[in-house]
Amino acid sequence: MSLSIIESCVNCWACLDVCPSDAIYDAKPHFMIDAKKCTECEGDHADPQCASICPIEGAILDAAGEAVNPAGSLTGIPPEMMEKAMAEIQAR
Amino acid sequence: MELTVLNEEQSPSTEGGCSASACGSSDDQLAHLSDEIKQKVHNHPCYSEDAHHYFARMHVAVAPACNIQCHYCNRKYDCANESRPGVVSELLTPDQAVKKTKAVAANIPQMTVLGIAGPGDPLANLDRTFETFRRLSAEAPDIKLCVSTNGLALPDAVEELAKHNIDHVTITINTVDPEIGAKIYPWIYWNNRRIRGKKAAKILIERQQKGLEMLVERGILVKVNSVMIPGVNDEHLKEVSRIVKQKGAFLHNVMPLIAEAEHGTFYGVMGQRGPSNEELMDLQDACSGDMNMMRHCRQCRADAVGLLGEDRGDEFTIDKIEAMDIDYDAAMKKRAIIHQGIEEELAEKEKRRAALAAVKVPSGPAVDNKHFRPVLMAVATSGGGMINQHFGHATEFLIYEASRDGVRFISHRKVDQYCIGDDSCGEKESALAGSIRALTGCEVVLCSKIGFEPWGLLEEAGIAPNGEHAMEPIEEAVMDVYEEMIKTGKLDEAKSEDSQMTA
Repeated sequence: MSLSIIESCVNCWACLDVCPSDAIYDAKPHFMIDAKKCTECEGDHADPQCASICPIEGAILDAAGEAVNPAGSLTGIPPEMMEKAMAEIQAR
Repeated sequence: MELTVLNEEQSPSTEGGCSASACGSSDDQLAHLSDEIKQKVHNHPCYSEDAHHYFARMHVAVAPACNIQCHYCNRKYDCANESRPGVVSELLTPDQAVKKTKAVAANIPQMTVLGIAGPGDPLANLDRTFETFRRLSAEAPDIKLCVSTNGLALPDAVEELAKHNIDHVTITINTVDPEIGAKIYPWIYWNNRRIRGKKAAKILIERQQKGLEMLVERGILVKVNSVMIPGVNDEHLKEVSRIVKQKGAFLHNVMPLIAEAEHGTFYGVMGQRGPSNEELMDLQDACSGDMNMMRHCRQCRADAVGLLGEDRGDEFTIDKIEAMDIDYDAAMKKRAIIHQGIEEELAEKEKRRAALAAVKVPSGPAVDNKHFRPVLMAVATSGGGMINQHFGHATEFLIYEASRDGVRFISHRKVDQYCIGDDSCGEKESALAGSIRALTGCEVVLCSKIGFEPWGLLEEAGIAPNGEHAMEPIEEAVMDVYEEMIKTGKLDEAKSEDSQMTA
């Protein structure tokens, strides 16, 4: 049971500082999660901490390989609403 | 804690700029401050328009992590060629940061200020940020320390900040209204949860205001930065300005949104526009009143080194500083001598300015008591407070306003690096057209020299090129030109159509 970080990671360090299990390490080309140490924060926090602070949609996967923060979840704009939001912003 | 900042008792808004004390004494933005504060900021290039021509600053990039998302920021900060906040070339460990700071201080003795400004939020990187401050306050006590923050973690950090003798903190406050905040901040990381929307914005706003109050209580100077985002917080920033001033911030810095699509920020990608030069200037004027507005901010990178507007970061990469052998005690002695020289030069300049202020009291014959409109003039300068740059070499112009009340610094306007403006203002334009666009609203441009082609184009645009004051101090020359315009009857005419401001 472990989360994982994929190549869209921008190495911003935020996750490393908040991981309660010291499971995250600074690696090249991007940060990695030590699967042996990762607990998905069970017992420590309600939500996995790395995925709660990660600023990049899709960069952290759950044990099943699904994005914990899928497209639109961090901008607050689901893909189908994109066009409308863009028109609104460009009218400013 | 309930947010009490909205709908509180408010003084009526002051439209159109200077209403009182801060204005009138030339461009001295710090005029109304207590002597104690003036003493603290007089050699800080970011806080004093005068000082920034002489003193240098640097940022060390020890703070990569961030605890919120702003729509104008892109967390992919690793970029060598962009000049904007939140961008760095290489992250430093606290140890490397201390080495770099000493290396810069020894090689650029004019450097007086070390800031930690990112690329994330310094207070979301407490260990790295405070270790850097702790070591520098012990090992390089002649350097001022400052920090900037989004404010979320600020209340918890105030005690520690006070311990390290950090007397300057910058808080970025873009709004005091959660409704507006939700359009700027999509989420925050708070108490181990990701929180979104209005709820997130409300927490952030409360924390910023609380942090501001706590810092003021402890006598730590607070500057407030605001990003002007047209259609989102532009009108609202007048209220922000009033509130932060009431709470004791000593300086408010309204900066234009930088949102180019190629930067990959949410606003950039979505096509949110930045303000035009005129919109920015109007808002800064409207926000001023008694409040000190900062007008010379260069929105520098989180690893900038040198005078404002320049970046000598390339001379101090990790490889290069590791190879340097710095004797900091010797450097400190040399620095003290150089700082003394600059102080004397600044004092001399202040004296000249006071003399100038005395001269300009309307007393002449024909012009007595007549009202003349203020005039904006652009100046090409490479520093030192002088008109000493060729028009064609200027990557930015300083904009001054001359009136019978004196000369006032308004802003700087960049020419090449990025463009603040509408879609028609892109790379297709020649650099010259870009320069002329940057001068919209100005009636005169002062420079050391200027070529034939730009001369004609400037005149066509209703901007009078002027190379007659080369190597003269800026404010005196601007006043001379203004007096000349009065004498020759130029200000009796209406402003020419071409140089009218366009929105």
